[in-house]
Amino acid sequence: MNFKTLILATATSLLLAGTAMAQTSVKIGVLNDRSGVYADLSGEGSVIAARMAVEDFDAAGKGITVEIISADHQNKPDVASTIARTWYDQDGVDLIVDVPTSSAAFAVNEVTREKNKIFMNSGAGSADLTGAQCSPNTVHWTYDTWALAHGTGSAMVAEGNTKWFFITADYAFGQALEKDTTAVVEAAGGEVLGAVRHPFPGTDFSSYLLQAQASGAQVIGLANAGGDTVNTIKQAAEFGITQAGQALAGLLIFITDINALGLETAQGLVLTESFYWDLNDETRAWSERFAAQHGGAKPTMVHAGVYASVLHYLKAVESTGGKETEALMAAMKATPTSDPLFGEGTIREDGRKIHDMYLFQVKSPAESTGPWDYYNLLATIPAAEAFRPLADGGCAFVSN
Amino acid sequence: MFELLGIPPQALFGQLLLGLINGSFYALLSLGLAVIFGLLNIINFSHGAQYMMGAFVAWMLLTYGGINYWWALLIVPLVVGASGVVIERLMISRLYHLDHLYGLLLTFGLALIIQGLFRNQYGVSGLPYSIPTELAGGTNLGFMFLPNYRGWVIVASVVVCFATWFAIEKTRLGAYLRAATENPTLVGAFGINVPRMITLTYGFGVALAALAGVLAAPIYSVNPNMGADLIIVVFAVVVIGGMGSILGAILTGFGLGIVEGLTRVIYPEGSSVVIFVIMAIVLLVKPAGLFGRTQ
Repeated sequence: MNFKTLILATATSLLLAGTAMAQTSVKIGVLNDRSGVYADLSGEGSVIAARMAVEDFDAAGKGITVEIISADHQNKPDVASTIARTWYDQDGVDLIVDVPTSSAAFAVNEVTREKNKIFMNSGAGSADLTGAQCSPNTVHWTYDTWALAHGTGSAMVAEGNTKWFFITADYAFGQALEKDTTAVVEAAGGEVLGAVRHPFPGTDFSSYLLQAQASGAQVIGLANAGGDTVNTIKQAAEFGITQAGQALAGLLIFITDINALGLETAQGLVLTESFYWDLNDETRAWSERFAAQHGGAKPTMVHAGVYASVLHYLKAVESTGGKETEALMAAMKATPTSDPLFGEGTIREDGRKIHDMYLFQVKSPAESTGPWDYYNLLATIPAAEAFRPLADGGCAFVSN
Repeated sequence: MFELLGIPPQALFGQLLLGLINGSFYALLSLGLAVIFGLLNIINFSHGAQYMMGAFVAWMLLTYGGINYWWALLIVPLVVGASGVVIERLMISRLYHLDHLYGLLLTFGLALIIQGLFRNQYGVSGLPYSIPTELAGGTNLGFMFLPNYRGWVIVASVVVCFATWFAIEKTRLGAYLRAATENPTLVGAFGINVPRMITLTYGFGVALAALAGVLAAPIYSVNPNMGADLIIVVFAVVVIGGMGSILGAILTGFGLGIVEGLTRVIYPEGSSVVIFVIMAIVLLVKPAGLFGRTQ
């Protein structure tokens, strides 16, 4: 921030300080995919989650007026940055949440830094958001490619599955996931026999699956997401890949994907998530309330992240008594996070939210007792090990 | 062991077969498009949405009515085809005296509406639809494991394509149809109800799309976007084959499926564009398409 803006911001906040004590009004923009491939895992559910956070915090009772607006970024970075700019400049938005699709998230990351507002990401995967492209205005909440690669990758290698083959979506996210997982596999003494990069999005994956089968790998790593992953898994079952002894590792799978696959096809998959509705009494209670407002569908980890991040933001607004960006970011990083969905956690200097991650295995149809009862917990990855160490991220403003 | 294009023969045969399976879908869908264009002169852009409806209606029959795949193969084309008849009567029939472009815009708009409705109701993640138990499992062909269901798709597609070609090119009904498109007034003078024949033809083209949708449901997830992803490729197939040519649609459908399958092994990144590259070349060399007649 340059000197002039600093003066201006300070003057404005001083002017507003008197009224802010009594009544603060904040505007939150939920920016995500409302109609495309990620609409089910983020979309309207994220708006519901944000609204629930405002209610649970009892913002009105604490003298904070909160308005929530939402928009569709169509998974396009140019659309995302235009909306973010309009929101900040004309609509008085203070905080943008969610923003799935890494390329769109990078665009919002930049606009937010430029406008000196706050961006709390829940939907995007790239670990670069708190690494090479880190910003003092951004918090990355739910998961990232490093955590996914280490969660699923390490677990599979530890079980003796050392030979890998990747089926990778040919764009930034897929390549990053393949790269991160390759590093994990090789560090653990494993070997990557090959990879095939398919156009995004794809429909027919049988050619790639046959190549993976012919490679003789023990594990086929799926470095893609959403509908691509769903179709790859479905077709792998059709071609008898898993029955023939090869394991599938879904590197990014959401519970909505499992719902789309059906347990018959998805059973046995190992995956990493930061949240599951059936973890404990608190997550179950919250998820039931969520499902009641969302046509019966249980929340994804992205929805949970939106809820928790909005809650933490509102706590910071309450404690600082205003909405000055530096003060809020400092307060959010200084105060431990606590919410019913992720439990206790922290936000690191680089903006990375730190919490436990979980390794799940998808249940068989016989084990499942009803709709959305999909996962068995294999292991809890403690917060300290779940995310990339601060020093390895290469974030420019991190002091060390 | 000899190698062709750097691929071991086993893998090559496998990929050829996979290409043939995808080609089955291209052939069925482009056949429906070619029938509608050839006989009605309407560029049916809602074909992809009607294919998607086919998959969804199959899913609905199973989920809400417990009606299995085999019945769906019969019922779905009838139901979706009937919706096509309604659309033709209410909307498309008013456009025959106008430019092609109006039909294209109308059907494109319809496609967007249909997709939007399904997306709002069922979300975008897709819905599961299992392979019928009779066709579960697969056969080891030596060079690859062929899922029985995919084998069935090839057979079903070849039979339907041949039957349609035969009906239009070799039967009396087909002759009436072709005559009606050339000179509706004259054919009408022979006491044949030309508007009804045209309506049923559109319904039949839509039913073909719906049938492809039922065949696709167990392989790809039942998803509101499934038609939108495919329709552009299918249009390219029709253009390469020659707009309106029934035989052209069938042969290029299968052929391009195979070409695309081979590209997946040789250069996977190029597999999504190879059909369009071929389309560009064909349009340069033979603008009416491989099997099209120059007017």
